[in-house]
Amino acid sequence: MEEFSILIGGKAGDGINSAGMMIAHLFNRLGYRIYMYFDYPSLIKGGHNYAIVRASREQTSACRDRVDLILALNQETVDLHRNLSRQGTTLLFDSSRVKAEGIGVNLPDILKEEDAPPVMGNSCIIGAFAHAAGIEWPVLENVFSRQIPKALPLNLRIARRGYDAARECCTIPALGNPPLPVLSGNEAIGLGLLHGGLDAFVAYPMTPTSNLLHFMAEIAKSHDLVVFHPENEIAVIMMALGLGYAGKKTAVGTSGGGFCLMTEGLSLSGMNEVPVVVVMGQRAGPSTGMPTYTAQSDLHFVLHAGQGEFPRFVAAPGDAEQAFIWSSLALQISWKYQVPSLILCDKTLCEGFFSVVDPSPGIPQIYQNPPHEGNPGYLRYSMTEDGVSEMLHPPAADTVIKVNSYTHDEAGISTERADMAAMMTEKRRRKGASLAIGVDNLNPVAAGGVADADLALLCWGSTVGVCRELAAKMDLRVVQPIVLAPFPRDRVKAALQGVKRLIAVEENSDGQLAMLFARFGISIDQHIRKYDGRPFSYEELEARVREASA
Amino acid sequence: MTARNLVTGAQNTWCPGCGNFVIQFAIKFAIEELVREGVELDRIVLVTGIGCHAKMADYLNINSFYSIHGRTLPAATAIKMANPDLVVLVCAGDGDCYAEGLDHLVFTAKRNSDITLIVHNNRVYGLTTGQYTPTSPLGFRGRSTPEGTIEGPFNPLRIMLSSGATFVARACTRKKDLLREVILEGIHHRGFSFIDVLQVCASYFNLSDFYDRSVYEIEDHDPGDYDAAYKKAGEWDYDQDARIALGVLYRADRDTLEERLAAHRGSEKERHSTIRKILEERS
Repeated sequence: MEEFSILIGGKAGDGINSAGMMIAHLFNRLGYRIYMYFDYPSLIKGGHNYAIVRASREQTSACRDRVDLILALNQETVDLHRNLSRQGTTLLFDSSRVKAEGIGVNLPDILKEEDAPPVMGNSCIIGAFAHAAGIEWPVLENVFSRQIPKALPLNLRIARRGYDAARECCTIPALGNPPLPVLSGNEAIGLGLLHGGLDAFVAYPMTPTSNLLHFMAEIAKSHDLVVFHPENEIAVIMMALGLGYAGKKTAVGTSGGGFCLMTEGLSLSGMNEVPVVVVMGQRAGPSTGMPTYTAQSDLHFVLHAGQGEFPRFVAAPGDAEQAFIWSSLALQISWKYQVPSLILCDKTLCEGFFSVVDPSPGIPQIYQNPPHEGNPGYLRYSMTEDGVSEMLHPPAADTVIKVNSYTHDEAGISTERADMAAMMTEKRRRKGASLAIGVDNLNPVAAGGVADADLALLCWGSTVGVCRELAAKMDLRVVQPIVLAPFPRDRVKAALQGVKRLIAVEENSDGQLAMLFARFGISIDQHIRKYDGRPFSYEELEARVREASA
Repeated sequence: MTARNLVTGAQNTWCPGCGNFVIQFAIKFAIEELVREGVELDRIVLVTGIGCHAKMADYLNINSFYSIHGRTLPAATAIKMANPDLVVLVCAGDGDCYAEGLDHLVFTAKRNSDITLIVHNNRVYGLTTGQYTPTSPLGFRGRSTPEGTIEGPFNPLRIMLSSGATFVARACTRKKDLLREVILEGIHHRGFSFIDVLQVCASYFNLSDFYDRSVYEIEDHDPGDYDAAYKKAGEWDYDQDARIALGVLYRADRDTLEERLAAHRGSEKERHSTIRKILEERS
């Protein structure tokens, strides 16, 4: 067998996410591709958390409805996930807290004997897991020494105690592939932004993009990057525009509620043509909703946010590699066309972990800083054929650089003249048209599965993983528009050539992608929608697709 | 003098007798002084909000970021953060930065960003034709409060003193020389300079006679004495008749936001090597 799913569960504060990562890295060392899903309620201590690590030869980015091993640090892990147990599922548990059949290890006794803090219980259970899974001790030693920065000897001692307390009940074979970087979607976005030329990141914490803020703050310890967390999201976007005006390539991170506060600033970016990148991580709404659960219900909000009409770029990557690539491109596009760029992602992508092959060598460089020379006759909003004016940043010698939220003339001075208002509107429209041509050259639609299949799954964002996997099994086509604005109509139509039945898979209740497609004259035959905050599992989607296509 | 004309050709639409003319003149004077001191004109950036005050961005022929209502300070802080060599001036209105954007004002003082804020405090909304602001007196009859306001004003100077501002001053458009001096002093101050400028609104709240009668220039006051400054700031509560102190009430020396940011910043500039390093750590 070359595919394994491991569930580890405990209460919030047990460090389930990091324990899941250790398990992921054990598989990584053995040459497996990793996907990890982390499920947690919105609280700090208590409550039930779990992570599912799925390891396989080919990359996946969805969970199955069965697991091979369950590591239980609390009774809920056993009670709540019975539906994932199959014949042959092994249960490993902390025998001081959990009553179950399987391999019990008394964590508190071991920790007490070794004089170790409670959080090290994870190391113990991972040691037990390694033995149960037939993973050799040196592999664990290697992973621990790479992943644990503090108190390594004690952690290893605890892990060894767990290892010795368990018994082998299956063997996970090494695949012989070299280990790969395992990145969260947030980390992939951060690295993509950095690749695209990021100088500054500004954010107010909000799930599911808080970890992007934390990641960028860690990078800024050694890299020359401004990272700032101000008083609210209004300040966030205004700071981004101030930084952009002064020549710093800036991104912000938020979720729906924070983005609501940013929309006035987004419209300002549309008007004053100062570039900005917004990473917009969707979660279950409306309002506060379920902060730590997923959704794809902000597509139309993002497409239309902000008063007035202005061009914008919206990309919805579906996995970590796409997130890396399109974050770099989103930043470059924002500067090339002087438009706001939005990276529309969701909790499943942002906080999921994926094996990644460094995509940076294949990312095109589409924007380079132009020469920056002052000019006494400079006009910030000079009329051009492609709608894009020369952008200078203060200070530039003998040059006055005016940006303005009011309707303005070429120099950036407010005006209410009818002809100028119309001319500037048309300039922004030309810029939008140039942007559309630029996007068309960047493969804005990903097609997968069986290229000439009659039945196609249409999806966007993080559902692409489960759709791809199902398509491979059921011989379906998968069409995923990555760019959603400007809408790549011709590319979408080409990808749908020959499709006889089109099923839209979305994690919202209105069918927001289907609504967008309808605007462009593309109708959807069937809809599969999910809106309970949880991503589709493979089996769940399979059943719904079979039902829809029957 | 500078080679460049400091005034653009934009048509001026302030009302005759508006205090904004006086403030514009004082800012021009300060800019000319800075240029005389060797500051290149191209290094000066003006940020304005929305309101009558904000037309300054159209009228002064210098770099400008004409922002949205209430949102001057985060943009201005970020411009300074992006390039500490820039000299950043902010013009904001009382509705603009005491109402719509008060959160940013408090935080800018807390951070001590090295920028200068000039509040055109005419204690009324002008451009929206005469509604009360956070500094209008209790009972002010505006178009949204025809029977008079039912809430009194707050004292912006005391808010600034409590929020950590390192330069707190008050001026008045009826005292032109002092206004010019205070603005220049504010720009010279290292850290956040807050200047509340009592400005007459010729159309909706003309307090010329009241200010002429009430204002006085501070003497024998130690601006390094916080308690004295707090007391002086409270002599007038923006409501009842009282003597109104003008001048620099408080000045302190503290690290600026930009200095602290620079001290914490990493040095690696090669993005690909940072990306490679992280990918290696995550493997």
